[in-house]
Amino acid sequence: MNAVAVSRDEVEELLFLEAELLDEWRLRDWLKLFTADGGYYVPATDVPANASPDTALFYVADDRFRLEQRVERLLKRTAHAEFPRSKTRHLVSNVRIRGRSGDELDVGAAVITHRTKMGLTETYIGSYRYRVVATPEGLRIREKRCILDMDGLKPNGRISIIL
Amino acid sequence: MNAELQERPALWIDAERRRFKVARRSFVDPDILRQEYRSIFDKCWLYLGHASELQKPGDFVSRTVARRSLLFTRDAQNGIHAFFNACPHRGAQVCRERKGNAKSFQCFYHGWVFGADGVLRSQPGQECYPSDFNADGSANLVPVPRLESYRGFWFVCFDRNAQSLEQYLAGAREWIDIIADQSEVGMTLVGGTQEYQIRANWKLLTENSIDGYHAINTHATYIDYLKNAQGSMSPVPFEGKGHDLGNGHAVIEYRAPWGRPVAQWIPLWGEDGRRELDQVYARLVGRFGKERADRIAFSNRNMFIFPNLVINDIMAITVRTYFPTAPDAMQVFGWALAPQEESAWARKYRLSNFLEFLGPGGFATPDDVEALEQCQRGFDNLGEAPWSDISKGMGKAEVSYDDELQMRAFWTQWQARVQAGSGVMGQVP
Repeated sequence: MNAVAVSRDEVEELLFLEAELLDEWRLRDWLKLFTADGGYYVPATDVPANASPDTALFYVADDRFRLEQRVERLLKRTAHAEFPRSKTRHLVSNVRIRGRSGDELDVGAAVITHRTKMGLTETYIGSYRYRVVATPEGLRIREKRCILDMDGLKPNGRISIIL
Repeated sequence: MNAELQERPALWIDAERRRFKVARRSFVDPDILRQEYRSIFDKCWLYLGHASELQKPGDFVSRTVARRSLLFTRDAQNGIHAFFNACPHRGAQVCRERKGNAKSFQCFYHGWVFGADGVLRSQPGQECYPSDFNADGSANLVPVPRLESYRGFWFVCFDRNAQSLEQYLAGAREWIDIIADQSEVGMTLVGGTQEYQIRANWKLLTENSIDGYHAINTHATYIDYLKNAQGSMSPVPFEGKGHDLGNGHAVIEYRAPWGRPVAQWIPLWGEDGRRELDQVYARLVGRFGKERADRIAFSNRNMFIFPNLVINDIMAITVRTYFPTAPDAMQVFGWALAPQEESAWARKYRLSNFLEFLGPGGFATPDDVEALEQCQRGFDNLGEAPWSDISKGMGKAEVSYDDELQMRAFWTQWQARVQAGSGVMGQVP
Protein backbone atom coordinates (compact mmCIF):
# COMPACT_ATOMS: atom_id res chain seq x y z
CA MET A 1 0.00 0.00 0.00
CA ASN A 2 1.31 3.37 -1.01
CA ALA A 3 0.87 6.42 1.21
CA VAL A 4 0.56 8.67 -1.84
CA ALA A 5 -2.63 6.92 -2.94
CA VAL A 6 -4.38 6.98 0.44
CA SER A 7 -7.54 9.08 0.49
CA ARG A 8 -9.07 10.97 3.38
CA ASP A 9 -11.98 8.52 3.29
CA GLU A 10 -9.63 5.67 4.06
CA VAL A 11 -8.03 7.61 6.90
CA GLU A 12 -11.44 8.52 8.32
CA GLU A 13 -12.47 4.88 8.17
CA LEU A 14 -9.44 4.02 10.30
CA LEU A 15 -10.12 6.78 12.83
CA PHE A 16 -13.84 6.04 13.07
CA LEU A 17 -13.12 2.33 13.53
CA GLU A 18 -10.64 3.21 16.23
CA ALA A 19 -13.23 5.32 18.05
CA GLU A 20 -15.79 2.54 17.78
CA LEU A 21 -13.42 -0.08 19.21
CA LEU A 22 -12.57 2.19 22.13
CA ASP A 23 -16.20 2.98 22.87
CA GLU A 24 -17.08 -0.72 22.77
CA TRP A 25 -14.15 -1.54 25.05
CA ARG A 26 -12.67 -3.87 22.40
CA LEU A 27 -9.25 -2.75 23.48
CA ARG A 28 -7.25 -5.74 22.24
CA ASP A 29 -8.73 -5.23 18.76
CA TRP A 30 -7.93 -1.53 19.07
CA LEU A 31 -4.30 -2.40 19.81
CA LYS A 32 -4.13 -4.31 16.51
CA LEU A 33 -4.53 -1.00 14.70
CA PHE A 34 -1.03 -0.02 15.87
CA THR A 35 2.28 -0.98 14.30
CA ALA A 36 4.70 -3.17 16.27
CA ASP A 37 6.57 0.04 17.21
CA GLY A 38 3.38 2.06 17.84
CA GLY A 39 3.03 4.57 20.64
CA TYR A 40 0.38 6.71 22.33
CA TYR A 41 0.97 10.11 23.94
CA VAL A 42 -0.94 12.76 25.88
CA PRO A 43 1.25 15.79 26.77
CA ALA A 44 0.55 17.97 29.80
CA THR A 45 -1.57 20.97 28.84
CA ASP A 46 1.18 23.53 29.51
CA VAL A 47 3.89 22.08 27.26
CA PRO A 48 4.17 22.49 23.47
CA ALA A 49 2.05 20.08 21.42
CA ASN A 50 5.20 18.58 19.89
CA ALA A 51 7.11 18.26 23.20
CA SER A 52 9.17 15.13 23.81
CA PRO A 53 8.28 12.83 26.72
CA ASP A 54 12.04 12.39 27.25
CA THR A 55 12.36 15.98 28.42
CA ALA A 56 8.88 17.16 29.47
CA LEU A 57 6.20 15.87 31.80
CA PHE A 58 3.26 14.22 30.02
CA TYR A 59 0.07 12.58 31.22
CA VAL A 60 0.64 9.52 29.05
CA ALA A 61 3.70 8.41 27.08
CA ASP A 62 3.33 4.75 26.11
CA ASP A 63 5.67 2.82 23.88
CA ARG A 64 4.27 -0.37 22.41
CA PHE A 65 5.02 -2.44 25.52
CA ARG A 66 3.42 -0.02 27.91
CA LEU A 67 0.46 0.44 25.58
CA GLU A 68 -0.14 -3.33 25.65
CA GLN A 69 0.13 -3.21 29.44
CA ARG A 70 -2.32 -0.31 29.59
CA VAL A 71 -4.85 -2.35 27.64
CA GLU A 72 -4.35 -5.43 29.80
CA ARG A 73 -4.65 -3.32 32.94
CA LEU A 74 -7.87 -1.67 31.80
CA LEU A 75 -9.47 -5.04 31.12
CA LYS A 76 -8.93 -6.21 34.72
CA ARG A 77 -11.43 -5.87 37.53
CA THR A 78 -8.58 -4.50 39.63
CA ALA A 79 -8.23 -1.45 37.37
CA HIS A 80 -10.39 0.25 39.97
CA ALA A 81 -10.69 3.59 38.17
CA GLU A 82 -12.54 1.78 35.37
CA PHE A 83 -14.58 -0.67 37.40
CA PRO A 84 -17.42 -0.73 36.67
CA ARG A 85 -16.38 0.40 33.20
CA SER A 86 -17.31 3.91 32.21
CA LYS A 87 -19.37 4.60 29.11
CA THR A 88 -17.48 6.60 26.55
CA ARG A 89 -18.14 8.28 23.22
CA HIS A 90 -15.31 9.52 21.04
CA LEU A 91 -16.51 12.04 18.44
CA VAL A 92 -13.82 12.43 15.77
CA SER A 93 -14.09 15.20 13.22
CA ASN A 94 -12.14 17.65 11.01
CA VAL A 95 -9.98 14.81 9.70
CA ARG A 96 -7.25 16.00 7.36
CA ILE A 97 -4.14 14.54 5.79
CA ARG A 98 -1.60 17.24 6.60
CA GLY A 99 1.42 15.66 4.95
CA ARG A 100 2.84 12.55 3.33
CA SER A 101 6.39 11.24 3.36
CA GLY A 102 7.51 7.76 2.34
CA ASP A 103 5.03 5.23 3.70
CA GLU A 104 3.76 7.64 6.33
CA LEU A 105 0.86 10.06 6.59
CA ASP A 106 0.66 13.00 8.95
CA VAL A 107 -3.00 13.10 10.00
CA GLY A 108 -4.79 15.69 12.11
CA ALA A 109 -8.29 15.52 13.59
CA ALA A 110 -10.44 17.09 16.27
CA VAL A 111 -11.93 15.01 19.07
CA ILE A 112 -14.41 15.33 21.88
CA THR A 113 -14.67 12.39 24.24
CA HIS A 114 -17.41 12.06 26.81
CA ARG A 115 -16.93 9.72 29.74
CA THR A 116 -19.77 8.78 32.06
CA LYS A 117 -19.34 6.93 35.30
CA MET A 118 -21.56 6.71 38.37
CA GLY A 119 -23.92 9.41 37.20
CA LEU A 120 -21.27 11.95 36.21
CA THR A 121 -20.30 12.88 32.66
CA GLU A 122 -17.07 14.64 31.89
CA THR A 123 -15.63 15.84 28.61
CA TYR A 124 -12.15 15.77 27.15
CA ILE A 125 -11.62 18.24 24.30
CA GLY A 126 -8.62 18.09 22.05
CA SER A 127 -6.97 17.36 18.76
CA TYR A 128 -5.36 14.20 17.47
CA ARG A 129 -2.15 14.02 15.56
CA TYR A 130 -1.35 10.66 14.01
CA ARG A 131 1.53 9.13 12.15
CA VAL A 132 -0.33 6.60 10.00
CA VAL A 133 1.57 4.01 7.96
CA ALA A 134 0.40 2.38 4.75
CA THR A 135 1.22 -1.33 5.18
CA PRO A 136 0.35 -4.37 3.02
CA GLU A 137 -2.31 -5.15 5.67
CA GLY A 138 -3.82 -1.69 5.43
CA LEU A 139 -3.40 1.53 7.39
CA ARG A 140 -1.80 1.23 10.82
CA ILE A 141 -1.03 3.78 13.55
CA ARG A 142 2.63 4.35 14.37
CA GLU A 143 1.95 7.21 16.73
CA LYS A 144 -1.18 8.69 18.24
CA ARG A 145 -0.92 11.93 20.14
CA CYS A 146 -3.91 13.54 21.85
CA ILE A 147 -3.34 17.22 22.56
CA LEU A 148 -5.88 18.49 25.05
CA ASP A 149 -7.38 21.94 24.49
CA MET A 150 -7.89 22.35 28.22
CA ASP A 151 -6.23 24.02 31.18
CA GLY A 152 -5.39 20.86 33.08
CA LEU A 153 -7.99 18.20 33.78
CA LYS A 154 -10.98 19.98 35.23
CA PRO A 155 -13.21 18.45 36.36
CA ASN A 156 -11.73 15.21 35.02
CA GLY A 157 -9.52 13.85 37.77
CA ARG A 158 -7.85 11.32 35.52
CA ILE A 159 -7.30 9.93 32.09
CA SER A 160 -8.26 6.39 32.99
CA ILE A 161 -9.81 5.72 29.59
CA ILE A 162 -7.90 5.85 26.32
CA LEU A 163 -8.49 9.23 24.70
CA MET B 1 -15.51 29.23 65.80
CA ASN B 2 -19.11 28.36 66.08
CA ALA B 3 -20.27 26.57 69.18
CA GLU B 4 -21.49 23.51 67.40
CA LEU B 5 -18.06 22.74 65.95
CA GLN B 6 -16.64 22.97 69.45
CA GLU B 7 -19.23 20.63 70.84
CA ARG B 8 -18.81 17.93 68.25
CA PRO B 9 -15.21 16.75 68.38
CA ALA B 10 -13.61 15.63 65.14
CA LEU B 11 -11.37 13.04 66.77
CA TRP B 12 -12.10 10.13 69.03
CA ILE B 13 -8.96 8.82 70.63
CA ASP B 14 -8.64 6.02 73.14
CA ALA B 15 -4.94 5.41 73.65
CA GLU B 16 -5.45 2.57 76.08
CA ARG B 17 -7.60 0.58 73.70
CA ARG B 18 -5.54 1.80 70.72
CA ARG B 19 -8.39 3.37 68.79
CA PHE B 20 -8.11 6.53 66.69
CA LYS B 21 -11.22 7.65 64.84
CA VAL B 22 -11.97 10.65 62.64
CA ALA B 23 -15.44 12.13 62.26
CA ARG B 24 -16.54 11.87 58.62
CA ARG B 25 -18.39 15.14 59.08
CA SER B 26 -14.99 16.85 58.72
CA PHE B 27 -14.92 15.79 55.06
CA VAL B 28 -18.34 17.17 54.11
CA ASP B 29 -19.27 20.13 56.30
CA PRO B 30 -19.01 23.59 54.61
CA ASP B 31 -18.57 25.22 58.05
CA ILE B 32 -15.52 23.09 58.65
CA LEU B 33 -14.08 24.06 55.26
CA ARG B 34 -14.56 27.73 56.14
CA GLN B 35 -12.83 27.12 59.45
CA GLU B 36 -10.00 25.28 57.67
CA TYR B 37 -9.34 28.30 55.47
CA ARG B 38 -9.32 30.59 58.51
CA SER B 39 -7.17 28.51 60.80
CA ILE B 40 -5.03 26.47 58.40
CA PHE B 41 -4.69 27.96 54.91
CA ASP B 42 -4.62 31.55 56.20
CA LYS B 43 -2.11 30.67 58.94
CA CYS B 44 0.29 27.96 57.77
CA TRP B 45 3.26 28.09 55.41
CA LEU B 46 2.06 27.01 51.97
CA TYR B 47 4.17 25.82 49.06
CA LEU B 48 4.33 28.39 46.26
CA GLY B 49 6.91 27.14 43.80
CA HIS B 50 10.43 25.94 43.16
CA ALA B 51 13.51 28.11 42.67
CA SER B 52 14.16 26.42 39.33
CA GLU B 53 10.98 27.95 37.92
CA LEU B 54 12.61 31.39 38.13
CA GLN B 55 16.07 30.83 36.65
CA LYS B 56 16.67 34.14 34.87
CA PRO B 57 15.96 37.75 35.85
CA GLY B 58 12.43 38.55 34.67
CA ASP B 59 11.15 34.98 34.92
CA PHE B 60 7.69 34.80 36.43
CA VAL B 61 5.00 32.28 37.30
CA SER B 62 1.38 33.08 38.15
CA ARG B 63 -0.29 30.61 40.45
CA THR B 64 -3.33 30.24 42.69
CA VAL B 65 -2.52 29.49 46.32
CA ALA B 66 -5.28 29.11 48.89
CA ARG B 67 -7.75 31.04 46.70
CA ARG B 68 -5.30 33.90 46.15
CA SER B 69 -3.98 34.69 42.71
CA LEU B 70 -0.23 35.16 43.16
CA LEU B 71 2.62 36.36 40.98
CA PHE B 72 6.03 34.78 41.70
CA THR B 73 8.91 36.74 40.15
CA ARG B 74 12.67 37.13 39.88
CA ASP B 75 13.65 40.78 39.41
CA ALA B 76 16.59 42.28 37.52
CA GLN B 77 18.72 42.17 40.69
CA ASN B 78 17.81 38.49 41.24
CA GLY B 79 15.47 39.29 44.11
CA ILE B 80 12.64 36.76 44.47
CA HIS B 81 9.16 38.15 45.13
CA ALA B 82 5.58 37.04 45.50
CA PHE B 83 2.77 39.54 44.99
CA PHE B 84 -0.98 39.45 44.97
CA ASN B 85 -1.84 39.50 41.29
CA ALA B 86 -4.17 42.50 41.48
CA CYS B 87 -3.57 46.03 40.25
CA PRO B 88 -3.43 48.48 43.19
CA HIS B 89 -5.50 50.82 41.03
CA ARG B 90 -8.74 48.93 40.39
CA GLY B 91 -7.95 45.30 41.04
CA ALA B 92 -7.49 43.67 37.64
CA GLN B 93 -4.91 40.90 37.42
CA VAL B 94 -1.72 42.48 36.10
CA CYS B 95 -0.48 39.14 34.72
CA ARG B 96 -2.69 36.77 32.78
CA GLU B 97 -0.02 34.32 31.61
CA ARG B 98 0.93 31.18 33.52
CA LYS B 99 4.64 31.74 33.14
CA GLY B 100 7.18 33.61 31.09
CA ASN B 101 9.85 36.29 31.18
CA ALA B 102 9.01 39.98 31.34
CA LYS B 103 10.79 43.23 32.19
CA SER B 104 7.57 44.60 33.61
CA PHE B 105 3.89 43.89 34.03
CA GLN B 106 1.39 46.28 32.51
CA CYS B 107 -2.18 46.17 33.71
CA PHE B 108 -4.15 46.24 30.47
CA TYR B 109 -7.15 47.98 32.04
CA HIS B 110 -5.68 51.48 32.55
CA GLY B 111 -2.06 50.88 31.70
CA TRP B 112 -0.23 51.04 35.03
CA VAL B 113 3.18 49.43 34.72
CA PHE B 114 5.00 47.52 37.48
CA GLY B 115 8.52 46.15 37.66
CA ALA B 116 9.26 42.55 38.55
CA ASP B 117 10.08 44.01 41.99
CA GLY B 118 6.45 45.14 42.24
CA VAL B 119 7.27 48.86 42.14
CA LEU B 120 4.97 51.13 40.11
CA ARG B 121 7.00 52.36 37.13
CA SER B 122 4.49 54.49 35.33
CA GLN B 123 0.82 55.37 35.09
CA PRO B 124 -0.87 57.09 32.15
CA GLY B 125 -2.03 60.57 33.16
CA GLN B 126 0.57 60.80 35.91
CA GLU B 127 0.20 64.60 35.92
CA CYS B 128 -3.31 64.20 37.38
CA TYR B 129 -1.93 62.59 40.55
CA PRO B 130 -0.03 64.41 43.30
CA SER B 131 3.75 64.11 43.00
CA ASP B 132 3.97 62.11 46.24
CA PHE B 133 1.19 59.75 45.14
CA ASN B 134 3.28 56.62 45.67
CA ALA B 135 5.61 57.93 48.36
CA ASP B 136 4.28 55.35 50.80
CA GLY B 137 4.45 52.51 48.22
CA SER B 138 0.71 51.97 48.32
CA ALA B 139 0.53 52.04 44.53
CA ASN B 140 3.01 49.17 44.22
CA LEU B 141 1.92 45.55 43.87
CA VAL B 142 1.07 44.20 47.31
CA PRO B 143 3.61 41.60 48.45
CA VAL B 144 2.54 38.48 50.32
CA PRO B 145 2.99 38.96 54.08
CA ARG B 146 5.72 36.30 54.30
CA LEU B 147 7.89 34.62 51.66
CA GLU B 148 10.71 32.26 52.64
CA SER B 149 12.51 29.30 51.11
CA TYR B 150 14.22 26.13 52.19
CA ARG B 151 16.57 24.24 49.85
CA GLY B 152 14.89 25.64 46.73
CA PHE B 153 11.29 25.20 47.91
CA TRP B 154 9.55 28.57 48.22
CA PHE B 155 6.64 29.01 50.62
CA VAL B 156 4.24 31.84 51.39
CA CYS B 157 2.37 32.56 54.58
CA PHE B 158 -0.57 34.93 54.89
CA ASP B 159 -0.06 35.30 58.63
CA ARG B 160 2.48 38.05 59.25
CA ASN B 161 3.16 36.73 62.76
CA ALA B 162 3.82 33.12 61.88
CA GLN B 163 7.00 31.40 63.06
CA SER B 164 9.84 31.20 60.52
CA LEU B 165 9.61 28.63 57.73
CA GLU B 166 12.58 26.70 59.14
CA GLN B 167 10.92 26.45 62.54
CA TYR B 168 7.64 25.50 60.92
CA LEU B 169 9.21 22.71 58.84
CA ALA B 170 10.58 21.16 62.05
CA GLY B 171 11.68 17.56 61.46
CA ALA B 172 10.74 17.72 57.76
CA ARG B 173 13.93 19.69 57.04
CA GLU B 174 16.04 16.55 57.40
CA TRP B 175 13.96 14.78 54.76
CA ILE B 176 13.94 17.76 52.38
CA ASP B 177 17.74 17.72 52.71
CA ILE B 178 17.84 14.07 51.66
CA ILE B 179 15.99 15.00 48.48
CA ALA B 180 17.84 18.25 47.76
CA ASP B 181 21.19 16.49 48.30
CA GLN B 182 20.52 14.30 45.25
CA SER B 183 21.96 17.13 43.16
CA GLU B 184 25.33 18.84 43.42
CA VAL B 185 24.11 21.93 41.58
CA GLY B 186 20.44 22.10 42.52
CA MET B 187 17.22 20.26 41.79
CA THR B 188 14.96 21.41 38.98
CA LEU B 189 11.34 21.00 38.03
CA VAL B 190 11.02 19.33 34.65
CA GLY B 191 8.77 21.26 32.23
CA GLY B 192 5.10 20.36 32.43
CA THR B 193 2.39 20.50 35.11
CA GLN B 194 -0.10 17.80 35.85
CA GLU B 195 -3.19 19.64 36.94
CA TYR B 196 -6.38 17.88 37.89
CA GLN B 197 -9.44 17.99 40.04
CA ILE B 198 -10.62 15.27 42.40
CA ARG B 199 -14.19 15.12 43.61
CA ALA B 200 -13.20 14.44 47.16
CA ASN B 201 -12.23 16.30 50.30
CA TRP B 202 -8.61 17.50 50.31
CA LYS B 203 -7.78 15.63 53.52
CA LEU B 204 -8.41 12.33 51.76
CA LEU B 205 -5.46 13.10 49.46
CA THR B 206 -3.32 13.92 52.49
CA GLU B 207 -4.13 10.53 53.98
CA ASN B 208 -3.62 8.75 50.68
CA SER B 209 -0.25 10.35 49.96
CA ILE B 210 1.34 8.91 53.09
CA ASP B 211 -0.57 5.64 53.21
CA GLY B 212 1.66 2.60 52.85
CA TYR B 213 -1.23 0.29 53.66
CA HIS B 214 -3.27 0.68 50.47
CA ALA B 215 -0.64 -0.13 47.85
CA ILE B 216 -1.12 -3.88 47.61
CA ASN B 217 -4.87 -3.58 47.04
CA THR B 218 -5.36 -0.29 45.29
CA HIS B 219 -2.28 -0.68 43.09
CA ALA B 220 -2.55 -4.39 42.27
CA THR B 221 -2.41 -3.63 38.55
CA TYR B 222 0.74 -1.55 38.95
CA ILE B 223 2.44 -4.43 40.76
CA ASP B 224 1.22 -6.73 37.93
CA TYR B 225 2.79 -4.33 35.47
CA LEU B 226 6.15 -4.40 37.24
CA LYS B 227 6.05 -8.20 37.18
CA ASN B 228 5.23 -8.22 33.46
CA ALA B 229 7.95 -5.77 32.52
CA GLN B 230 11.10 -7.83 32.18
CA GLY B 231 13.77 -6.69 34.63
CA SER B 232 11.77 -3.87 36.18
CA MET B 233 12.37 -4.95 39.76
CA SER B 234 15.37 -5.36 41.99
CA PRO B 235 15.20 -8.10 44.63
CA VAL B 236 14.17 -5.79 47.45
CA PRO B 237 11.14 -6.38 49.66
CA PHE B 238 8.78 -3.60 50.74
CA GLU B 239 9.85 -2.62 54.26
CA GLY B 240 10.36 0.54 56.23
CA LYS B 241 9.11 2.89 58.91
CA GLY B 242 6.74 5.77 59.50
CA HIS B 243 7.81 8.96 61.29
CA ASP B 244 6.00 11.86 62.89
CA LEU B 245 8.07 14.95 61.97
CA GLY B 246 6.28 17.46 64.20
CA ASN B 247 3.84 20.29 63.36
CA GLY B 248 1.65 17.81 61.48
CA HIS B 249 4.38 16.78 59.02
CA ALA B 250 5.05 13.08 58.53
CA VAL B 251 6.96 10.68 56.33
CA ILE B 252 7.23 7.03 55.48
CA GLU B 253 10.67 5.78 54.49
CA TYR B 254 10.97 2.33 52.96
CA ARG B 255 12.70 0.04 50.51
CA ALA B 256 10.85 -1.04 47.37
CA PRO B 257 11.74 -3.12 44.31
CA TRP B 258 11.28 -0.45 41.62
CA GLY B 259 14.19 1.33 39.94
CA ARG B 260 15.32 4.77 41.16
CA PRO B 261 17.28 7.15 38.91
CA VAL B 262 19.16 8.11 42.13
CA ALA B 263 20.21 5.33 42.40
CA GLN B 264 18.69 1.85 42.54
CA TRP B 265 19.50 -0.12 39.43
CA ILE B 266 17.10 -2.56 37.80
CA PRO B 267 18.03 -5.04 35.05
CA LEU B 268 15.80 -3.23 32.53
CA TRP B 269 18.32 -0.36 32.53
CA GLY B 270 21.10 -2.57 31.16
CA GLU B 271 24.83 -2.46 31.72
CA ASP B 272 25.16 1.16 30.54
CA GLY B 273 22.54 2.11 33.06
CA ARG B 274 24.34 0.19 35.75
CA ARG B 275 27.60 2.02 35.04
CA GLU B 276 25.84 5.37 35.18
CA LEU B 277 24.02 4.60 38.43
CA ASP B 278 27.26 3.25 39.94
CA GLN B 279 28.83 6.63 39.23
CA VAL B 280 25.88 8.53 40.70
CA TYR B 281 26.10 6.35 43.81
CA ALA B 282 29.89 6.70 44.09
CA ARG B 283 29.59 10.48 44.06
CA LEU B 284 26.99 10.31 46.83
CA VAL B 285 29.34 8.16 48.90
CA GLY B 286 32.12 10.66 48.26
CA ARG B 287 29.98 13.58 49.39
CA PHE B 288 28.12 12.03 52.32
CA GLY B 289 29.69 8.71 53.30
CA LYS B 290 28.18 5.29 52.74
CA GLU B 291 25.40 5.38 55.31
CA ARG B 292 23.77 8.57 54.09
CA ALA B 293 24.46 7.69 50.44
CA ASP B 294 22.63 4.39 50.91
CA ARG B 295 19.70 6.21 52.43
CA ILE B 296 19.53 8.76 49.60
CA ALA B 297 19.97 6.19 46.86
CA PHE B 298 18.02 3.15 48.02
CA SER B 299 15.26 4.41 50.32
CA ASN B 300 11.94 5.79 49.17
CA ARG B 301 10.16 8.60 50.92
CA ASN B 302 6.55 9.73 50.87
CA MET B 303 6.66 12.99 52.77
CA PHE B 304 3.79 15.17 53.81
CA ILE B 305 4.29 18.77 54.87
CA PHE B 306 1.27 20.18 56.65
CA PRO B 307 -1.18 21.16 55.35
CA ASN B 308 -1.01 20.42 51.61
CA LEU B 309 2.43 19.64 50.23
CA VAL B 310 3.55 16.16 49.28
CA ILE B 311 7.06 15.37 48.11
CA ASN B 312 7.31 11.75 47.11
CA ASP B 313 10.79 10.50 46.33
CA ILE B 314 9.91 7.11 44.92
CA MET B 315 10.50 5.72 41.37
CA ALA B 316 10.68 9.41 40.41
CA ILE B 317 10.20 12.53 42.52
CA THR B 318 6.88 14.30 42.50
CA VAL B 319 6.03 17.60 44.16
CA ARG B 320 2.30 17.85 44.66
CA THR B 321 0.15 20.52 46.23
CA TYR B 322 -3.61 20.76 46.46
CA PHE B 323 -6.34 23.06 47.68
CA PRO B 324 -9.96 22.50 48.58
CA THR B 325 -12.41 24.27 46.28
CA ALA B 326 -15.45 22.80 48.05
CA PRO B 327 -15.91 20.25 50.85
CA ASP B 328 -16.05 17.54 48.19
CA ALA B 329 -13.65 18.93 45.58
CA MET B 330 -9.97 19.78 45.34
CA GLN B 331 -7.57 21.14 42.77
CA VAL B 332 -4.27 19.24 42.47
CA PHE B 333 -0.99 20.38 40.92
CA GLY B 334 1.81 17.88 40.32
CA TRP B 335 5.35 18.38 39.04
CA ALA B 336 8.40 16.20 38.43
CA LEU B 337 11.59 17.14 40.28
CA ALA B 338 15.05 16.01 39.13
CA PRO B 339 18.75 16.76 39.61
CA GLN B 340 19.67 19.48 37.10
CA GLU B 341 22.84 17.69 36.08
CA GLU B 342 21.43 14.23 35.42
CA SER B 343 22.09 12.75 31.98
CA ALA B 344 19.55 12.67 29.16
CA TRP B 345 19.41 8.92 29.73
CA ALA B 346 18.50 9.29 33.40
CA ARG B 347 15.97 12.06 32.70
CA LYS B 348 14.22 9.90 30.13
CA TYR B 349 13.93 6.94 32.51
CA ARG B 350 12.92 9.20 35.36
CA LEU B 351 10.00 10.62 33.35
CA SER B 352 9.07 7.19 32.09
CA ASN B 353 9.05 5.89 35.68
CA PHE B 354 6.99 8.88 36.76
CA LEU B 355 4.26 8.26 34.20
CA GLU B 356 4.08 4.56 34.91
CA PHE B 357 2.89 5.19 38.42
CA LEU B 358 2.11 8.84 38.93
CA GLY B 359 -0.38 11.29 37.63
CA PRO B 360 -3.86 11.09 36.19
CA GLY B 361 -2.75 9.01 33.20
CA GLY B 362 -0.50 6.63 35.14
CA PHE B 363 -1.09 3.02 36.15
CA ALA B 364 -1.71 3.89 39.81
CA THR B 365 -2.89 7.45 40.54
CA PRO B 366 -6.24 7.00 38.70
CA ASP B 367 -7.04 4.21 41.14
CA ASP B 368 -6.16 6.48 44.07
CA VAL B 369 -8.50 9.11 42.64
CA GLU B 370 -11.22 6.48 42.38
CA ALA B 371 -10.62 5.42 46.00
CA LEU B 372 -10.86 9.00 47.25
CA GLU B 373 -14.03 9.67 45.28
CA GLN B 374 -15.55 6.44 46.58
CA CYS B 375 -14.72 7.46 50.16
CA GLN B 376 -16.45 10.77 49.57
CA ARG B 377 -19.53 8.93 48.31
CA GLY B 378 -19.39 6.65 51.31
CA PHE B 379 -19.56 9.72 53.53
CA ASP B 380 -23.13 10.25 52.30
CA ASN B 381 -23.90 7.72 55.03
CA LEU B 382 -22.28 9.65 57.81
CA GLY B 383 -25.51 10.15 59.69
CA GLU B 384 -25.54 6.47 60.57
CA ALA B 385 -21.87 5.63 59.80
CA PRO B 386 -20.06 8.64 61.26
CA TRP B 387 -16.46 7.52 61.96
CA SER B 388 -13.39 6.59 59.95
CA ASP B 389 -10.67 4.51 61.58
CA ILE B 390 -6.94 5.21 61.43
CA SER B 391 -5.78 3.05 64.33
CA LYS B 392 -3.39 0.78 62.46
CA GLY B 393 -0.15 0.31 64.36
CA MET B 394 -1.24 2.51 67.26
CA GLY B 395 0.83 1.97 70.37
CA LYS B 396 3.55 -0.04 68.61
CA ALA B 397 7.13 0.69 69.66
CA GLU B 398 8.39 0.34 66.08
CA VAL B 399 6.06 1.87 63.51
CA SER B 400 5.99 0.25 60.09
CA TYR B 401 5.67 2.23 56.84
CA ASP B 402 2.26 0.63 56.33
CA ASP B 403 0.89 1.68 59.71
CA GLU B 404 -1.21 4.83 60.08
CA LEU B 405 0.93 6.92 62.44
CA GLN B 406 1.50 9.51 59.69
CA MET B 407 -2.22 10.17 59.35
CA ARG B 408 -2.63 10.44 63.10
CA ALA B 409 0.14 13.07 63.11
CA PHE B 410 -1.77 15.02 60.46
CA TRP B 411 -5.12 14.76 62.20
CA THR B 412 -3.73 15.69 65.59
CA GLN B 413 -2.29 18.90 64.13
CA TRP B 414 -5.46 19.53 62.13
CA GLN B 415 -7.54 19.20 65.26
CA ALA B 416 -5.26 21.51 67.24
CA ARG B 417 -5.62 24.21 64.58
CA VAL B 418 -9.25 23.85 63.55
CA GLN B 419 -10.75 23.08 66.92
CA ALA B 420 -8.27 24.98 69.04
CA GLY B 421 -9.39 24.78 72.64
CA SER B 422 -11.90 22.02 72.19
CA GLY B 423 -11.23 18.53 73.43
CA VAL B 424 -11.24 15.24 71.67
CA MET B 425 -13.71 12.58 72.51
CA GLY B 426 -11.90 10.28 74.87
CA GLN B 427 -13.94 7.14 75.29
CA VAL B 428 -14.96 4.43 72.91
CA PRO B 429 -18.27 3.07 74.18
